[in-house]
Amino acid sequence: MPEVTPLPLSGYVVDVHYVGGVPTFITGDGAIALGTAGRVVKPHAGGILASALAVDGKSVITGGDDGKVMRTTADGTSRLVAERGRKWIDVVAAGPGGAVAFASGRTVVVVDGAGKVHELERSRAVLGLAFFPKGLRLAIAGYNGVGLWFPGTAAPVQELEWKGSHIAVTLTPDGANVVTSMQEMALHGWRLRDGQHMRMSGYPAKVKSMSWSVKGRYLATSGAGVSVLWPFFHKDGPMGQRPLELGGRQELVTRVACHPIEEIAALGYDDGMILLSRFSDREEVLLARPNGSPVSALAWSANGLELAFGCESGAAGLVDLAR
Amino acid sequence: MSAPAAAPSIPVTVLTGYLGAGKTTLLNRILTEDHGKRYAVIVNEFGEVGIDNDLVVDTDEEVFEMNNGCICCTVRGDLIRVVENLAKRRGTFDAILVETTGIADPVPVAQTFFMDEEVRKFARLDAVVTLVDAKFFLDRLGDAPEAEDQVAFADVIVLNKTDLVTPEELREVEKTLRQLNPYASIHKATRSGVALDAILDRGSFDLDRVLELEPSFLDADDHDHDHVCGPDCDHDHDHHDHDHDHHHHGHETHHDTEVTSVSLKGGELNPDKILGWITEITQAQGPNILRLKGILAFPDEPKRYVVQGVHMIVEGDLQRDWKSAEPRESRLVFIGRKLDRAELEAGFKAAAV
Repeated sequence: MPEVTPLPLSGYVVDVHYVGGVPTFITGDGAIALGTAGRVVKPHAGGILASALAVDGKSVITGGDDGKVMRTTADGTSRLVAERGRKWIDVVAAGPGGAVAFASGRTVVVVDGAGKVHELERSRAVLGLAFFPKGLRLAIAGYNGVGLWFPGTAAPVQELEWKGSHIAVTLTPDGANVVTSMQEMALHGWRLRDGQHMRMSGYPAKVKSMSWSVKGRYLATSGAGVSVLWPFFHKDGPMGQRPLELGGRQELVTRVACHPIEEIAALGYDDGMILLSRFSDREEVLLARPNGSPVSALAWSANGLELAFGCESGAAGLVDLAR
Repeated sequence: MSAPAAAPSIPVTVLTGYLGAGKTTLLNRILTEDHGKRYAVIVNEFGEVGIDNDLVVDTDEEVFEMNNGCICCTVRGDLIRVVENLAKRRGTFDAILVETTGIADPVPVAQTFFMDEEVRKFARLDAVVTLVDAKFFLDRLGDAPEAEDQVAFADVIVLNKTDLVTPEELREVEKTLRQLNPYASIHKATRSGVALDAILDRGSFDLDRVLELEPSFLDADDHDHDHVCGPDCDHDHDHHDHDHDHHHHGHETHHDTEVTSVSLKGGELNPDKILGWITEITQAQGPNILRLKGILAFPDEPKRYVVQGVHMIVEGDLQRDWKSAEPRESRLVFIGRKLDRAELEAGFKAAAV
């Protein structure tokens, strides 16, 4: 088993990112723990509800229950991106050119790379946000579908409709497909070229974690006793294709993170166990033994030699795969 | 598996009641009184809660239908989201209070805690507490169906502002409350001054505690559709009043309500038949059934079977042993709209052994 450096934290690990190469843990009690030396900053007055890594990897964007959106760099410096009174900011996204998007209730706000603020009111609550890889375009998930918005333009929001509550959204790395996770325990996709629908169902739980494999060939997902990986390299995407299933256990997969270079994925489970699984032969390596607390955060270093993880209990650590 | 015991789930109290019934006063009391518990509070509008608490959150009510638009499988999307966020702050509070707006439907609020697995893992519904304004409630019945639903759906009713009405008016309100909901416990109060242990930590949706909380449940009306005197009636009126009230039922003191209750009583039942029938009736009439609760006796089964439901969501389990002195009787109560008493009685009787 590879060497694990434990880094116990003060609260529920909401997310983890490599910020400027430094493993950075975000916890629900409001702490941002940087690196392994015990350095902690608390840029929010209360808890942190959501975070996203800036596209250039040099800062992390956080949303808090103090109504603030903050940007924090690896040296521990934080600055205010936006403030919304007493609203809880529980959805954030980072986009090209330093753009940041966040949502509270029915309002979506984009702060573009130049600092200009754009605001959009939706008819229902905003549940998920994702930027397109190029340009300034945002996918907004909510009840009955996704809206595609070009902030700062007069173009009307393009609506992609599908009945149900869409709780998270992601885009293929080429920006050609939009995929949502639904309250109804399924994924739904739209091919933007022709509006073709993609239905990916059969989950026993909500899909809370989605991760694109290298070059966007597969979308790895949580929400079942295996990680289900939908192939997107066929002409019709995952339609009519059997998904790949990795890491089958009695426990639910709660978090997935595809490796940045190889076709392998780290899978975190409901009991705290972490497995590494290779797509080609489904060979598995145990990275962390069960600790009783669901894995809630996983991230790879840019070179793919280190994996950072965190659990709901605050258990966290680094797995060294360099040997 | 070396997994430790799961973290205990957080109790949720839903506070409902028509505008002006005294919800905010009660909420502020819960937040300021010294009871040693820390509450996270979910409200629909800030401002009236005069407490600076970073665990007070306002949400925009977002009701939606799950299960392909089934109209009784409505949940509150905003609550799912807030509760998931509160889960990230586990350890900083002991319980959750949800204050609904005066016109809110309490059913989607309650169903949220049964229909979303994540929410269910973290939090459990403790009780629906409904505040009723003694002075204006009867007027509300005519113009606000929400007021009727809130009472019908309640586990605990706080009959507030009793100082603003005469004893006769109060009795009339109480009777109407009993007509809508024969098994909720009713507490009379002025200025929302109800003992907090009467409304918090009730375990109303906990099958093990169903009916132990409501000893008078078994005495509730099972003989006359219009007889509405329940637990508190017995405490507060002498028998003469009781009869007197009864005499007037159906005449000038009876308030027409769309919501009614049907109480069924019988001996031992065939478990397959009765449970199959309950499933069938809740599937077919789910939208009209607000709540159901029951204790059932099965042949050769030493334990009582306890069942409770909200619309189509029905939960049941074997609970404690029947006591030797206890008659092995089956009781089932439905509260809802357009209930067909004859049909329910026939279905219940057909399951007798």
